[in-house]
Amino acid sequence: MKRLFTLNRHLTERLGFSLITLMAVLTVVPIIGTVIYILAQGGHAISWEFLSGFPHDGMRAGGILPAIIGTFYLTIGTAIFSVPLGIAAAIYLSEYAADNRWTRLIRISIINLAGIPSVVYGLFGLGLFVLFLRFGTSILAASLTLSIMTLPVIISTSEEALRAVPQSFRTVSISLGATRWQTIRRIVLKEALPGILTGVILGLERAAGETAPILFTGAAFFLPRLPHSPLDATMALPYHLFVISTQVPNMPIQIQYGTALVLLVFVLTMNVIATVIRSRARARRQW
Amino acid sequence: MEKTLNWREYIITRLIKASGYSAIIFVLLIFFFLLREGVPALAEVPLSALFSVRWYPIEGDNFGILPLLTGSLIVTLGAAIIAIPFGIGTAVYISEIAPRWMREILKPLVELLGGLPSVVLGFLGILVLAPFLRRFLDLPTGLTAFTGSLLLGGIAVPTVVSVAEDALDAVPRAYREGAWALGATRWQTIWRVTLPAARSGVLTAVMLGIGRAIGETMTVMMVTGNAPVLALSLSSLFSPVRTMTATIAAEMGEVSNGSTHYHVLFFIGMVLFLISLGVNIAASSVVFRAKKRAERILS
Amino acid sequence: MDKIIIEHLSLQYSDGTESLRDVSLGIREKAVTVLFGPAGGGKSTLLRCLNRLNDLTEVKTSAGRILIDGENILDPKTDVIALRRKVGMVFARPVVLPLSIRGNLTYGLELAGEKRKSKLDEAVERSLKLAALWDEVKERLDDPAIALSGGQQQRLCLARSLALQPEIILLDEPTSGLDPISTGKVEAALQELKKEYTIVLVPHSVQQAGRTADYAAFFLQGELVEYGEGKAMFTSPKEKRTEDYVTGRFG
Repeated sequence: MKRLFTLNRHLTERLGFSLITLMAVLTVVPIIGTVIYILAQGGHAISWEFLSGFPHDGMRAGGILPAIIGTFYLTIGTAIFSVPLGIAAAIYLSEYAADNRWTRLIRISIINLAGIPSVVYGLFGLGLFVLFLRFGTSILAASLTLSIMTLPVIISTSEEALRAVPQSFRTVSISLGATRWQTIRRIVLKEALPGILTGVILGLERAAGETAPILFTGAAFFLPRLPHSPLDATMALPYHLFVISTQVPNMPIQIQYGTALVLLVFVLTMNVIATVIRSRARARRQW
Repeated sequence: MEKTLNWREYIITRLIKASGYSAIIFVLLIFFFLLREGVPALAEVPLSALFSVRWYPIEGDNFGILPLLTGSLIVTLGAAIIAIPFGIGTAVYISEIAPRWMREILKPLVELLGGLPSVVLGFLGILVLAPFLRRFLDLPTGLTAFTGSLLLGGIAVPTVVSVAEDALDAVPRAYREGAWALGATRWQTIWRVTLPAARSGVLTAVMLGIGRAIGETMTVMMVTGNAPVLALSLSSLFSPVRTMTATIAAEMGEVSNGSTHYHVLFFIGMVLFLISLGVNIAASSVVFRAKKRAERILS
Repeated sequence: MDKIIIEHLSLQYSDGTESLRDVSLGIREKAVTVLFGPAGGGKSTLLRCLNRLNDLTEVKTSAGRILIDGENILDPKTDVIALRRKVGMVFARPVVLPLSIRGNLTYGLELAGEKRKSKLDEAVERSLKLAALWDEVKERLDDPAIALSGGQQQRLCLARSLALQPEIILLDEPTSGLDPISTGKVEAALQELKKEYTIVLVPHSVQQAGRTADYAAFFLQGELVEYGEGKAMFTSPKEKRTEDYVTGRFG
């Protein structure tokens, strides 16, 4: 009886572990599958002309240069606004904020910002930046919208990185006659930099891949030229992929897969860079 | 020298503090602009018409948002049924079962899924998943709520995994060692000790995952067929539906600013905002409560 | 002459624990004054008041005055940055900043606005010699400080305070993590330093208190029980409680 029980226990454990492992495998395999499938299908479309040319024949031929450049501009624009603001907010939460009701309100706000649907950001950007501030459908309006959406990612990862810096460094620095800001700038920020960088890249990666927030704030269906100023609308890779896979009839499938591939590579590169920075910083850390 | 130092310090400190408070300001700004553009809808469309079952804004001014609400609900429900077990299962695997090297591979991979642009998933949904489901399930079209649920489930999984894994990781090792010392198997420890100890974090993970699914736009717009039909039964899962997010994304580009249609779309945005606000406040209050309880026990 | 005069100092932390009760004490110039007693007696708190490091902790109430060279440093108008340059501190655990050996030593001076390389180099050499570390590290000043051994790190921390040419040095159990040889080196350095500096030391044992003290103050639960010359305190204490502690009856 007792042996049966033990046997039973271990059988359950074996079965349970197998089930959980299977679930993890089923979660991960489609991710790898997706990436490999797009790399394989889109690989044929990639050529110098595809990457450096303008679309023509109703986007059914030619290249996707304006979309690539557009996504690049939007990512830079997002970084300009969200990186300084996000890091400063993280510094406030980690180095200055007391544990009181206001700080809790800030934290709840950040959690909520992270949860707001991306299309609602689009509405907000339309209401505030495009119409109220009269930026029009432009790179500026779209970048500002994406910045606010990216903010919570940058704040929470940067705060985590700042908090990981030992408290004793701060105490010692202050005891040597440093002000709080000197301590942050010379010691804390320097040590937290890899973690902050990881968070920044992950946030920008999300912004680069988003479509809904730029739909009505800055994305153009088709432009025969590159944008000249931040007040121009722009094509963008994710929006372009959406357009050519749903809005344009008789679209050659090669171009669709090629566009998906370029977008994926753009985003994956950022992801890999972030992962590498993080793991190298962890390996090198001495505290 | 000392004077300029003080001034710089003062200004920088002020700037940093203002940045800290910016998050509150942005949430308020977002809510304000949604109200400003969305509330006029209530004056222009009678409440009974707003909560009716027909959404045909172009011909005939039918602004019934019920089909869109049920569309969002059914797709999200389907996504939750997929994302919760797979998300928690993967989190348990990563945190409790996987060897270290496996963990180092899996965590970035799941993070990668979170970073895949939703438009890429929607694109593959149209080209690969939908035709497959149509043939496999013998449906008139592959663009259904179910297709959307499958993809949304995938999109919600990374959120569930990362939050749940953090929660499991935060369970003190001593709990597990205590259970092993009493002769529990690792499986029993996971079920009876670790998961219950992490339950508030796991609950938060589930809520945040659901919140992510309700708000997803591009994927559902591309693969759910976009038919504004009231979805009330299980069979609706296998027919086309249209969600609130997809409606906004699809129609906002075509309405004229300030029209009734425009205001109603903002009104839908307001509903979405309030839903996400509710989900996130509930999720964070679970965490705060759990933390308070832990503090009480420890002190 | 008294360099530091503490008058009726009381202090309570925000979490309700009272840390100092009506402490009055004079600390002699160019001598080692030892603050000793069981843990939680308020020694470290008092130490952290002397360079206003307690500003970083949540303090609920504080009363009394601390006069250094006749000026009340608890006054809100005090320039705390200048105060901390004048009053150096060494902590229980050696905390080297994540910089090179040289970077650790010049950190405070650079913050104070010193840019001349000759002055900085001079300060590095002088402070390392004072802390008896110069011969061990002079060949590798640009190596990361974290590569030093524990004992070397602690002497580097001492040198780092000295580089600012303070007048007072506070040491909070500076040898608690060190082996006896390293401890001996630090104590020897202190005996040299007291010729020029006012030193306030919280020792990590009664034995160390006895070895190093010119003057000693015995603290128990936030109260100053007894103050006097070091030799007298450890051979013939006036108070019963001091005697019990010194002879090892409690603590």
